[in-house]
Amino acid sequence: MSTQAARDGLIVALPPHERSDVSVARIMWSVVLALVPTTLVGVYFYGLRALAVTLVAVGSSVVVEHLIVRYLFHRETTTITDGSAVVTGMLLAFNVPAGIPLWQIVVGAVIAIGVAKMAFGGIGNNPFNPALVGRAFMLVSFPVDMTTWPVPGAHGFAAWNLDAVTAATPLGLIKEAAGGGLAAIADQLPSYGSLFIGNVGGCIGEVSALAVLIGGLFLIWRGFIPWMVPFVYLAGLAVVTGVAWLIDPTTYIDPLYHILAGGAMLGAWFMVTDMTTSPMSILGQIVFAGAAGILAGVIRLFGGFPEGVSYSILIMNAFVPVIDRHIKPRKFGYGKTAPSKGGA
Amino acid sequence: MSQIILYSVLTLGVAAAAFATILYVTARKFSVEEDPRVSEVTEMLPGINCGACGFPGCSGMASALVDAADSGDISHLNCPPGGQETMKNIGRYFGLDAGDIKPTVAVLRCGGSCELAPAKSNYDGPKSCALAHSTFAGESGCPIGCLMHGDCEVACPFGAISMNPVTGLPEVDEEKCTSCGACVTACPRNLFEIRPVGRKSRRVWVNCRNTEPAIVAKRNCAVACIGCGLCKKTCDNIVQAITIENNLAYIDPDKCIGCGKCVPVCPTNAIVATFEPPKPKPKKTVKEPAAT
Amino acid sequence: MQKLKTFKIGGVHPPENKLTVGKAIEELPLPKEVAIPVSQHIGKPAEVVVERGSEVKVGTLLAKASGFISAPVHSSVSGKVKKIDTVVDAQGYRRQAVLITVDGDEWEPSVDTTPEVIEEVTASAEEIVAAIAEGGVVGAGGATFPTAVKFSIPEGKSVDTLIINGVECEPYLTADHRLMLEMAEQLLVGTRILMKALGVTRSWIGIENNKPDAIEHLQKVIGDKGAAGLIPEGTIEVLPLRVKYPQGGEKQLIKAATGREVPSARLPLDVGCVVSNVSTAIAVYHAVQKGRPFIDRIVTVTGKNLVAAGRGGNFRVRIGTPVQALVDAVGGMPEGTGKIVMGGPMTGKSITSLTVPVTKGSGGLIFIDAAEARRLTVQNCIRCTRCVGACPMGLEPYLLEKLVQAELWEDAEREGVMDCIECGSCNFTCPSNRPILDWIRLGKTTVGALQRSRATVRAGK
Repeated sequence: MSTQAARDGLIVALPPHERSDVSVARIMWSVVLALVPTTLVGVYFYGLRALAVTLVAVGSSVVVEHLIVRYLFHRETTTITDGSAVVTGMLLAFNVPAGIPLWQIVVGAVIAIGVAKMAFGGIGNNPFNPALVGRAFMLVSFPVDMTTWPVPGAHGFAAWNLDAVTAATPLGLIKEAAGGGLAAIADQLPSYGSLFIGNVGGCIGEVSALAVLIGGLFLIWRGFIPWMVPFVYLAGLAVVTGVAWLIDPTTYIDPLYHILAGGAMLGAWFMVTDMTTSPMSILGQIVFAGAAGILAGVIRLFGGFPEGVSYSILIMNAFVPVIDRHIKPRKFGYGKTAPSKGGA
Repeated sequence: MSQIILYSVLTLGVAAAAFATILYVTARKFSVEEDPRVSEVTEMLPGINCGACGFPGCSGMASALVDAADSGDISHLNCPPGGQETMKNIGRYFGLDAGDIKPTVAVLRCGGSCELAPAKSNYDGPKSCALAHSTFAGESGCPIGCLMHGDCEVACPFGAISMNPVTGLPEVDEEKCTSCGACVTACPRNLFEIRPVGRKSRRVWVNCRNTEPAIVAKRNCAVACIGCGLCKKTCDNIVQAITIENNLAYIDPDKCIGCGKCVPVCPTNAIVATFEPPKPKPKKTVKEPAAT
Repeated sequence: MQKLKTFKIGGVHPPENKLTVGKAIEELPLPKEVAIPVSQHIGKPAEVVVERGSEVKVGTLLAKASGFISAPVHSSVSGKVKKIDTVVDAQGYRRQAVLITVDGDEWEPSVDTTPEVIEEVTASAEEIVAAIAEGGVVGAGGATFPTAVKFSIPEGKSVDTLIINGVECEPYLTADHRLMLEMAEQLLVGTRILMKALGVTRSWIGIENNKPDAIEHLQKVIGDKGAAGLIPEGTIEVLPLRVKYPQGGEKQLIKAATGREVPSARLPLDVGCVVSNVSTAIAVYHAVQKGRPFIDRIVTVTGKNLVAAGRGGNFRVRIGTPVQALVDAVGGMPEGTGKIVMGGPMTGKSITSLTVPVTKGSGGLIFIDAAEARRLTVQNCIRCTRCVGACPMGLEPYLLEKLVQAELWEDAEREGVMDCIECGSCNFTCPSNRPILDWIRLGKTTVGALQRSRATVRAGK
């Protein structure tokens, strides 16, 4: 006499017995999809070399993660199917010039995945943005290759060697022409239109603000990134550079240019919004993004490097635990609307 | 050149002297007075800080021992991991009698293995006995049976508990167990009991805590105690160590002499022993007188 | 169109799956035997007053309330008491129950079994509360708190609003929806009775906007009763609410209806509100107007496979009926069932045995397909903040999970673990399939015990 309902035994679990269909894989692959426009623009302007760099970056990130998870951690299943290594690989590729020697990007991927991500315990445990850590490492290790930017369209689509025609980035030019020198380089600086579309020198992913924007808006529509955060970051950058521009427009270029040039757009939409390395409350994220934007502006204007986005985000990543400790979401039943005694 | 050397030496020398003075003064001013015996007794204790003695760490126990020694009697204090040897050493140190402490060990009181208490449902949740206990009665249906997730294994600071992969039940290593009681606290069903090790490690116990009526208990586990009382009947003629309450037998460890005669009489094999129990004598039959 | 009210913090949107909404309430045939647990409520279990062999009728008192926070238990069938024994509850633990062999369907003479709706409320507030207590009415929404206790307002507290919870935000469940369509008159009388008990002149009937027919029907009936002079203008109003889980949680419902937030660790009473479920209000009507104790309830029997085969529905079930009887009534368990949930899918218990009896708080029986039933592999927390955004109490579930796993009980207490209403939104929305709520529950049990022992120590000082 069996009172049991099924021969194989019913499943018993604590409630809830429903789950939403959003998974880590879905989120990560959506980010990959959002990065496709930037990839296409990068390939359009820099040719197949850019595609090679991207593919090698993604490939080595995935391989490194797989090897570490299966053979170092001895886990039974691999984690590469969740797509997060692909995202890191793509973002790393977008932070280097298209002509970079391929072996160097492999090194970058090993550092980004192996050190910045897996050494802390894998996805969700890393305090610093892995792609930015990889990029920072590469900049310090390969300073020349990381600052040699091929001119877009000057080499032919299938060209492999891109150092025939190189030029400084717009931000580089602006930094060099200090002390009232903007007028002198005005004709060398690309127009707003070029910055927006992408016909400008720089790292693969830094060139087209439009492509990044399309991807970013897609992620907002899917609900995977908070809509305020990119705007707050850009606002922070705009405020700092705006004040400088107002004080001395001959030396400092206007804030709109700053937003469109360099890695500001990529950083705002894809780096500052990285889930693992940003705070857990909306207000915390706004503080995080605002401070990072301000820092980016400060580094761009007064730091030794022409580009401050990577460092601004890495520095703010270090403050995330502090932000989380002090800025918390509003709890139900603790505020002024909650009378503590008696009737209404 | 020599001026630089002179100034450097002077500055550093003055700085060094100043820091040394500050350090010396603070060390004297903020030094803590401590009975030197406390640190000496702490050295004699195992230094594991397991808390089995009931005091916060070995230094806590040492303070308690010093206080007890000052009032003349340390026999009520015991360090289970240190055992008889440690307590005798401490006794000698104070010139007092440490008392005779029976060595104890943790004992699991459940025989509901995967085979004997088969699973009728599938638990789908985190590997935690505490959580499984609050979710439902258990995969076998016995509400007090071992849940087999190993909270005890994790809780044991001495690595004395390991989960047997075949039976699913935890096993206590008598050598490593220090009776600290961590497993007793960790098990949500109170299946562990600290019992005396027994002379020559001979101990007997009822391997069940189920108080349900016989029919219900047997439905879920082949070796459940059904409270039939046969063991009690047997022991009543020996030392009267067994009591039956709420359909469950219990062997009082202080009375039990480890003879093992109750083990074979149990119809469900719910009583276990750490040694081979004596075979029951066949009942004497009256011989028919031979036909003449 | 006026913007629909809702609660501000958190919330998720599980698929509604109101598959049985079109099925009118059916009477479940009487089972051969019932097992009525003596504890179907929060508080002390009732004390049995019958014995083996006692003849009982429908409405006979089986066990009396023991203490202030308790409720009596009545027989839901007529027949003979087989024995006082233990039966397996939804969690597999055995609980004391009265087993009755069913014989016929005779009711106690004190129960008015006529179908006419008695509109006039002649009882005084005290008499109402006494009748509710005698009738063994408890919160039928699932919490099973004794209703008479809830409506006994202590000295110093005042109430100005009654809210009837017709939200039924859990997916799959349609029992309250059908009750609002089919027993609207009784519901309104029950509401008026409860308003009289509290001495309030304002009440809302909160209904989620996915039940437009119920909203419309109730508004119409209220209008008719108003025209007949039974309901003064503006005293009872239907409040359509935005569809969001857990809109039916009483704190969230109060916030949506009145804008008031119940303070942490306090009761709705402290903001002048009392909330009652639709089924409870109808049980109150029966107890006060008809002398009929709480002996049956509507149970939604549902599931994707079941309804796809054209079966399932909303049944009026006598308390104590074994789940097996419900399974038989829908033609057996559907193929491929992996999990059976008693209650709603977000807060219900998964059962292991079909002998479990239906109790006063069981609103649903859901058959979940094996493929959907298994939890997915747990992955690392990716700090996506979805759980934080989903929590209706504004907590940080990922943090509470971590603190509980690390056994940092005081930190968990400080982060508000006791404020958790166990709605399940965090588990639902987590992309890494982490069993966040499981750990939070462990935290609540442990921190609760810590708080109680602290109170005991303080009281002893």
